[in-house]
Amino acid sequence: MARHIVATISEIPPGGNKVVEIAGRDIVVFHVNGEFFALLNRCPHEGAPLEKAACVARLTSPEPGVYERSRVGEMLRCPWHGWEFDMRNGQSWFDPKRVKIRSYPVAVERGEELQKGPYVAETFPVHVEDSYVIVEV
Amino acid sequence: MSEVIDRPLRDDEKPAASKLRIVDCDVHPSLHSVEDLNEFLPKRWQQHLKEYGSHLRTPYLFTTPYPRSSPLIARRDAWPPTGGPPGSDLAFMQKQHLDPLDVEFGILQVLDLFIFSQQNLELGAAIQRAINDWQLAFWSHRDPRLKASILVGQDGVDLAIAEIERCAKIGEYIQINVSPRANEPLGRRRYWPIYARAQELDLPLGIHVGGYGGHAPTGGGWPSYYVEEHQSNAHTIAAQLASLVIEGVPERFPKLKIVFIEGGFGWIPSAVWRMDQHFERFRSEVPHLKRKPSEYVRENFWFTTQPIDEPDEARHLRALIEWVGIDRLLFSSDYPHWDFDDPRFAFKTPLTEAERKKIFSANARAVYKF
Ligand code: FES
Repeated sequence: MARHIVATISEIPPGGNKVVEIAGRDIVVFHVNGEFFALLNRCPHEGAPLEKAACVARLTSPEPGVYERSRVGEMLRCPWHGWEFDMRNGQSWFDPKRVKIRSYPVAVERGEELQKGPYVAETFPVHVEDSYVIVEV
Repeated sequence: MSEVIDRPLRDDEKPAASKLRIVDCDVHPSLHSVEDLNEFLPKRWQQHLKEYGSHLRTPYLFTTPYPRSSPLIARRDAWPPTGGPPGSDLAFMQKQHLDPLDVEFGILQVLDLFIFSQQNLELGAAIQRAINDWQLAFWSHRDPRLKASILVGQDGVDLAIAEIERCAKIGEYIQINVSPRANEPLGRRRYWPIYARAQELDLPLGIHVGGYGGHAPTGGGWPSYYVEEHQSNAHTIAAQLASLVIEGVPERFPKLKIVFIEGGFGWIPSAVWRMDQHFERFRSEVPHLKRKPSEYVRENFWFTTQPIDEPDEARHLRALIEWVGIDRLLFSSDYPHWDFDDPRFAFKTPLTEAERKKIFSANARAVYKF
């Protein structure tokens, strides 16, 4: 697996995303509550662009009339037919064993650390004072 | 069924549909704003709308009795960057839909202003006339791929016929659209003059699901939820198919072509099996029918594909398609609505090149004579 510097953290505001092309794949990187998640930018159903998905909460209902929201912003709702996926691992909410978006490991590292690595400024200008989002593909 | 997607599309996967140049039988344009219609709507009716507004058969103005799954029932990625509702910006529609999917022809289906539901039939006819003119001026004339339909409200048959004549003279419209939720079932004699004229003009009759006829959308009454109400599109069309066939419309107008739009096709086998079975038993009640219902269905009716039912097993979808008939199906995307079908991925069962060609293009070309 190669590591790719895809953005500075300030480039992807909370609740936002950035689409990057790595090794011929369109990958979308989301920023949720201080964490970053990288997923293939295609819904496994009919291929909708997930960069347009809604970032929603997990909604559960223990009994009629009572709704609970958890993991706010961490679920993706496809922009077309509304299938929902867990951003952490790409699993679908309704059939997690069979339907899944490919997801990729993400790390956030400081510029100084990056300068020492083998992937320095490969495709991305590095400024040492910043932190960077790294996707492994 | 879906699988984990972890690789980019190969080139040989991408063009499967687009190589064919598709005909999309259900594309929804939208008014940018109601004022767009002013140039086509006589002052008298503009004034009327200002003073009295719409008078629909349902009690909800500017909305529907059921909240929809997404704003304006649209794909989240279909809102034009220039503002305005999804489907209202031609350049964006071209860029997002027509060009990348290589749409050779797209048939416009207008749903704005609850076009078929006006209680005041003259106002309804004026709106339909304005929408018919707007389809040409704002869409077909600006992109000749986009084809317009003559929208008429069938409850004022004389008004409908006058509008059909007016539009037929213009000569650019490719079908006549009526509502699936009129005051009475579509097979009733009161609507036959429209069918007679459609047959003479050799214009298919298009019936797009949706709208409210003032009666409950299901035979069982008013549903509680959108997802429940959404099922009624299929029941409604099944009921209209039975009405048209059994009241004798294709028997009386054997050359009439009828296209059901956005009703899907999963429900067809059982509906037709049942009609045939009952016909065997009760044919003396309907001696005007000379043939089995299934024979009329196979000759006079076509069905657009969206929304495609998605059984867990691909072979079930395959069996369904074969039963309904490769020749009966016309591809439609329903762009830009939330249940849009992408022609490259919608059929989760293999189709041969020849079958794809029929469903994605040749059948529609034959029905609409492109
Ligand atoms: S394409 Fe994502 S739910 Fe259908």
